[in-house]
Amino acid sequence: MITLGDYLIVSGVLFVIGFAGVMLRRNLIIILMSLELMLNAANLSLVAFSRFRVGSSGLPNYNAQVFVFFIITVAAAEVAVGLAILVALYRTRQTTDVNDISSLKF
Amino acid sequence: MSPLLFWIFALLTLIFGAAVVINRNPVASALSLVMSFLGLAALFMSLNAYFIGIIQVLVYAGAVMVLFLFIIMLLDLRAEEGRRINWLTSAAGLAVALIFLGQIFSVVGHFKIAHRTFPPLPGPTIDDVRNVGAALFRNYNLPFQIVGVLVLVATIGVVLLSKREPR
Repeated sequence: MITLGDYLIVSGVLFVIGFAGVMLRRNLIIILMSLELMLNAANLSLVAFSRFRVGSSGLPNYNAQVFVFFIITVAAAEVAVGLAILVALYRTRQTTDVNDISSLKF
Repeated sequence: MSPLLFWIFALLTLIFGAAVVINRNPVASALSLVMSFLGLAALFMSLNAYFIGIIQVLVYAGAVMVLFLFIIMLLDLRAEEGRRINWLTSAAGLAVALIFLGQIFSVVGHFKIAHRTFPPLPGPTIDDVRNVGAALFRNYNLPFQIVGVLVLVATIGVVLLSKREPR
């Protein structure tokens, strides 16, 4: 049978994949995609806990699912703003590589 | 849900998630991300969260990925040519990720509740959308309104950011 731990492991591995993407890739678009992967990994563990905590009514705990709903909304807004910043950056610098954007580097 | 289906969709999610990071072509990365999100939506449905699964497909695999692909096509990004890779930085990043992976396995291994299976639900179907809606509008009405304002602010911000300044 599938246990809670299986879902948590899948969620954790997905988070690490996203984390490695943020650390290793130098393209801003790929970094944004990896951020999405990390957010979704958190969503998966939240939904797994929601299904695991069956209340007295015999239904899953819907508070976690409402939280996931909020995360999805905020993530969509974040992607829109992030990509707008990326387009503005590309217009002035003609690059999406984080190594070429180092004006603020100490 | 049978364990076989769980592992099929979990592997689908993880393999295509890894493909997002490994692919050098941004278009291939974006399409891998779509597949990864679809696998994740199936996992949500296996947890009886049908509403969240459908939202995942509509918002992520639909809207967000169209936005990503649109920007990739608009900027006409090619696959990265073989730049010199800073091996030290890459190795450090990979090491941090692997240490984090080990931590997760250790924590889940020591977490006693994690070895239990999911408790059964009363019936074969549950009124998922109705229950999520009731929780959202009864207990979380104020946060819901605040998120609405946040989305409005994001919309205005994006329009302002992408407006070309007059010279």
